[in-house]
Amino acid sequence: MDSRYEVVIGLEVHVQLTTKTKIFCGCSKDFGQEPNSQTCPVCLGLPGALPVLNKQVVEYAIKTGLATNHKIAPRSIFARKNYFYPDLPKGYQISQFELPICEHGWLNIETEEMGKKKVGITRIHMEEDAGKLIHSEGNSSAVDLNRACTPLLEIVSEPDMRSADEAIAYLKKLHQIVMYLGVCDGNMEEGSFRCDANVSIRPWGQEEFGTRAELKNLNSFRFIKQAIEYEVERQADLIDDGGKVVQETRLFDPDSGVTRSMRGKEEAHDYRYFPDPDLVPLVVSDDWVERVRGELPELPEAKVKRYTDELGLSEYDAGVISTERSVAEYFDALVKLHNNPKICANWVMGEVSRALNDNGIAIADCPVTPELLAGILDRIADNTISGKIAKTVFEEIWNSGKSADQVIEEKGLKQVTDTGAIETMLDEIIAANQSQFEELKGGKDKLMGFFVGQVMKASKGKANPGMVNQLMQKKLKG
Amino acid sequence: MKISREEVEHVARLARLALQPEELEAMTGQMDAILGYVDKLNELDTEGIEPTAHAVPMENAFRADEVKPSIGIERAQQNAPATDGSCFKVPKVIE
Repeated sequence: MDSRYEVVIGLEVHVQLTTKTKIFCGCSKDFGQEPNSQTCPVCLGLPGALPVLNKQVVEYAIKTGLATNHKIAPRSIFARKNYFYPDLPKGYQISQFELPICEHGWLNIETEEMGKKKVGITRIHMEEDAGKLIHSEGNSSAVDLNRACTPLLEIVSEPDMRSADEAIAYLKKLHQIVMYLGVCDGNMEEGSFRCDANVSIRPWGQEEFGTRAELKNLNSFRFIKQAIEYEVERQADLIDDGGKVVQETRLFDPDSGVTRSMRGKEEAHDYRYFPDPDLVPLVVSDDWVERVRGELPELPEAKVKRYTDELGLSEYDAGVISTERSVAEYFDALVKLHNNPKICANWVMGEVSRALNDNGIAIADCPVTPELLAGILDRIADNTISGKIAKTVFEEIWNSGKSADQVIEEKGLKQVTDTGAIETMLDEIIAANQSQFEELKGGKDKLMGFFVGQVMKASKGKANPGMVNQLMQKKLKG
Repeated sequence: MKISREEVEHVARLARLALQPEELEAMTGQMDAILGYVDKLNELDTEGIEPTAHAVPMENAFRADEVKPSIGIERAQQNAPATDGSCFKVPKVIE
């Protein structure tokens, strides 16, 4: 990142909620339906139609607010944000302006470059989405209002981030939290999690902020990083050449990697907000807030702390396991059944994720359930099978759904722990490789591995390696 | 004057109203009178009084998150001046 100036970034994130219906009417909000098939007088903005607030949206807003350390407003109101655009049928968007539902939140982030840091969140408010404009070739545009009136949370950060990496760290954290809460499906390509970035620069040591540009059309983490980095360079070059940054909205073009001015939208910023007379004030009691707080799942940060402090996992393993809630829940279920967290973590990050990736399956649908996997791990722990054979057992269970004990029994995979049987094999191998045995006796320690390997081969992996080693030592002394 | 001719022009532009010069003149006078009248309210002492967001003393009107049938594309398009398949058709919007 450019070092000539200090970079200042604030982010506005729009989170589309996973409710079944729209925020102010009962239309379904399924993605990808035929244009305008999910509309009614309310979301079409027909005269006389009255909006009624979806209670689930309020629940989700409180949930998200609490998970990001906000104060939940006991009383909040809806406002009209007035502007004209063909995707906005009423000529105003119902949003919140004064008195949003959540204020004064924060999130902890961490980057390699700048370490740990607390990022302030100014507010979260509820609002309706606009429809979709489809730009066609001719001299007209087409409007699909299926998305109109879809519930959104707008989450506005403080201008606390100082690099593109910090911005990405904040966004990933927020993305992870809304997915953990289940309030958003997190799909950035479909626009379920959208971000606008306010970017400005200032000379090092200067208190007041520089003039900012608002970057739009950022629908992947990679584009966000690219757009911010491009914009910082552009502003720095501009100032160095004696120019001035203009406050404007700029559109990121992923094909060329540059941001371009969207001139002519400036005046539209005069939104003339006023309280929406169609919607009564929203009052959220302490009881309501506390009820929602009690229903919050364990969040990623708390999980990482518990995994490291109580289960003794490394910071890295704890981070990987807790990235997705479904993975963490699989792990939690597994640890309850098999009390060796490190082994459990290795299997979840290893065999389980590999098999899921290879087969394109979500962990929630993993054919080897935590119960079945615990069955395998128990048999490793009591030396019935080796770690290597366990992988074969895992595959068998994956395909058959049988229990570990069943598979081990049917396939005869039980580890050979019978000293006599192993010794017989060992004697045969020593007899067949007499010269190597003498060399080993003579101090060529490397040959130890050769003999153990031969026994493992002869037993098809079922001999207990520790036991083979022990017996081998005995032979050498004898 | 409570409002300038420029402010009236600005508000008219935001509302997409194309006013003729004489209309602008008349409108400026009328809006000025309205604002003057409303200004009387400022004489009231409202110290310590919560701003009113809604005239009806009521709160928390909710609906459950249950899908209700939509009205169908045909009815949705019934009043549209122009359509394009199942979409509404509007003059070209240049981004």
